[in-house]
Amino acid sequence: MASAAPLSPDTARSNLRTGAMALAGALAMLGLGYASVPLYRLFCQVTGFGGTTMIASDSKAAAAAAAATGQTISIRFDATTAMGMPWTFTPAQATDTVTIGERDIATYVARNNSEHTITGVATFNVTPEQAGKYFNKVQCFCFTEQTLAPGQEVTMPVLYFVDPAMLEDPNMKGVEQITLSYTFHRAEAPQDAAPRSTD
Amino acid sequence: MATTAEGFDIHHDHGHGAHDHADHKPGFFARWFMSTNHKDIGTMYLIFAIIAGIVGGAISGIMRVELQEPGIQYLQWWAQFMGGGNDLNTALHMWNVFITAHGLIMVFFMVMPAMIGGFGNWFVPLMIGAPDMAFPRMNNVSFWLTVAGFFSLLFSLFVPGGTGPGAGTGWTVYAPLSTSGSVGPAVDFAIFSLHLAGAGSILGATNFITTIFNMRAPGMTLHKMPLFVWSVLVTAFLLLLALPVLAAAITMLLTDRNFGTTFFNPAGGGDPVLYQHLFWFFGHPEVYIMILPGFGMISQIVATFSKKPVFGYLGMAYAMVAIGVVGFIVWAHHMYTVGLDVNTKMYFTAATMVIAVPTGVKIFSWIATMWGGSLSFKSPMVWSLGFIFLFTVGGVTGVVLANGGIDDNLHDTYYVVAHFHYVLSMGAVFSMFAGFYYWFPKMSGRMHSELLSHIHFWTFFVGVNVIFFPQHFLGMQGMPRRYPDYAEAYHFWHQISSYGYYIMAGSMLFFFVNILYALMAGKKAEANPWGEGATTLEWTLPSPPPYHQFETLPVITDAHDYHDHRPATA
Repeated sequence: MASAAPLSPDTARSNLRTGAMALAGALAMLGLGYASVPLYRLFCQVTGFGGTTMIASDSKAAAAAAAATGQTISIRFDATTAMGMPWTFTPAQATDTVTIGERDIATYVARNNSEHTITGVATFNVTPEQAGKYFNKVQCFCFTEQTLAPGQEVTMPVLYFVDPAMLEDPNMKGVEQITLSYTFHRAEAPQDAAPRSTD
Repeated sequence: MATTAEGFDIHHDHGHGAHDHADHKPGFFARWFMSTNHKDIGTMYLIFAIIAGIVGGAISGIMRVELQEPGIQYLQWWAQFMGGGNDLNTALHMWNVFITAHGLIMVFFMVMPAMIGGFGNWFVPLMIGAPDMAFPRMNNVSFWLTVAGFFSLLFSLFVPGGTGPGAGTGWTVYAPLSTSGSVGPAVDFAIFSLHLAGAGSILGATNFITTIFNMRAPGMTLHKMPLFVWSVLVTAFLLLLALPVLAAAITMLLTDRNFGTTFFNPAGGGDPVLYQHLFWFFGHPEVYIMILPGFGMISQIVATFSKKPVFGYLGMAYAMVAIGVVGFIVWAHHMYTVGLDVNTKMYFTAATMVIAVPTGVKIFSWIATMWGGSLSFKSPMVWSLGFIFLFTVGGVTGVVLANGGIDDNLHDTYYVVAHFHYVLSMGAVFSMFAGFYYWFPKMSGRMHSELLSHIHFWTFFVGVNVIFFPQHFLGMQGMPRRYPDYAEAYHFWHQISSYGYYIMAGSMLFFFVNILYALMAGKKAEANPWGEGATTLEWTLPSPPPYHQFETLPVITDAHDYHDHRPATA
């Protein structure tokens, strides 16, 4: 097989170096693609991006309560279940008016309508999305998995407060109601109990 | 005047008596299947792209025929033909399969192979005075990986993909439709196809970067490189940085589908919107990957047929660099409706509009190149003028869509379809035809028919405009993308659009007849058929160039500054 005149050793060596550097760049981007998964989660948790709510300690809650000015805001509660989740899941109260900064408790009711024990996990966010970083949960049923026996009905509390810092944020101007939304999913899709729909 | 065309002619080769060796070609199988020759690989890429273009274009024909009338006419027949059921759901799935296949084929197996693999392989080494690519064998691997990717995609059409055969996810492969929404192996094969084509492109990009950085002829500084080489260099960097992110995203899709991970599944703490971020972090640079080599070709052609050096050479080169850089920080304008907050939308709107600046530099520099030039309207030039006009139309609708507020209304409508077909189906495709007619004599050694090329241009120009201009109206009236059926109100413009397809399809006959004519009866092409305006190194070689060129490297001196057509002042 005829081939072109061989490259000089110098060119061949520097070609290999440049080529290796380029491929290393590609590999770094591949790594960055995977690194984006935890980074994205961290970014949402820190900034409240996309309506991600905050988790607050008792001391932070106390500080917020001290800063309370007496202004109130309306909270709307929303509950849904993911496809294939045989639970009834509803908020005990549709709306609630709370003092900004004061701790408040809301309850949700979940009932397992199936004949199997099912473990569920709730995902959550708030709208408008810029309210995410001011919506603090002290305790929530969504922090852990919930297991319900067949026919079991439980009341699930969420202890939360709205950070008074929202009053200084121009992006929160005109926000009179924050909607807190939960969706219950199966914690892991069991292969036997309820197979995902096939064609 | 003709200082350069004869300047470094190939008498170096004569001088060394290497000429006999230069044209010795291996046997058929070794030459074409084990090829390490950049020109042969370039030819194979071009032939592959033409074949894939015929397949992708035929699929768009199926879609335009279906869309010509409201209601479902032919989809059920196609669903049965492809081995699916006779019910409406399978028929609708078939539609999703068609739009997916059309998009993936045109992006990954037509535009990219033609622009980068075809013209890039052929002309980057020639234009920088290199004997071949830096890694010839890797070049061969890149090509066959692309071919394997194409077959993987075609294979996916014949295996179950959920509601029917084939992958019906759209070219974006969004989760959860592509994960829990598509049962069966079709989507896995489509994803595998992207892995293969992506790996081929990453290897190709490495090859181009190394070739351009290390293999330039003595005196060919970066700032003397032809703009086409600049465009391929920027494109190679975009490929290198963007494709691995796609590879990561679709690998996560695969593990979500098959191994129980929940990267994009909220039930396990994932987020489907993350997939969109990852996809468009690749996807937006990808649209520049498809157009930048076209920019490079248009710069060569406009300068050649204006008999002037290109206006603002450095500005043109760095405008492409700027487009490449900014292209990485605007991705979320494809996902304004996922629930981004106002500040994020404001940022992405502003950043997106910034791209209009370097793009404007390019458009105006092409016009300034022509200004006061001695224009000749040969076939490559008319295609280039068509490109400049139509790409600008697509750019204007792009600025409209860049607005987060307006996009809320136009998102996923035919307005978007019209926009990206103006920049791709007319922008990229017109530049490829311009490049094809420009370099066909060089590649084949035969002249094509100017008359047939001009007829091809005018019929194609009318055809694609009739297809896509009415789609702006449909979009503004609210016709959504990716639906085979529509309300009667949209009938009129859909019908016109389908008529445009028939004009366009007919016009392609002139293209194929032209190639056949040129290969069978075309006049023999001289080394430089385009005259004094064609000053880059490939025109110093005979047409077609010898199997091995530049075994003694040409030396580029200031007197040979081929961006400048002034006689050498020595």
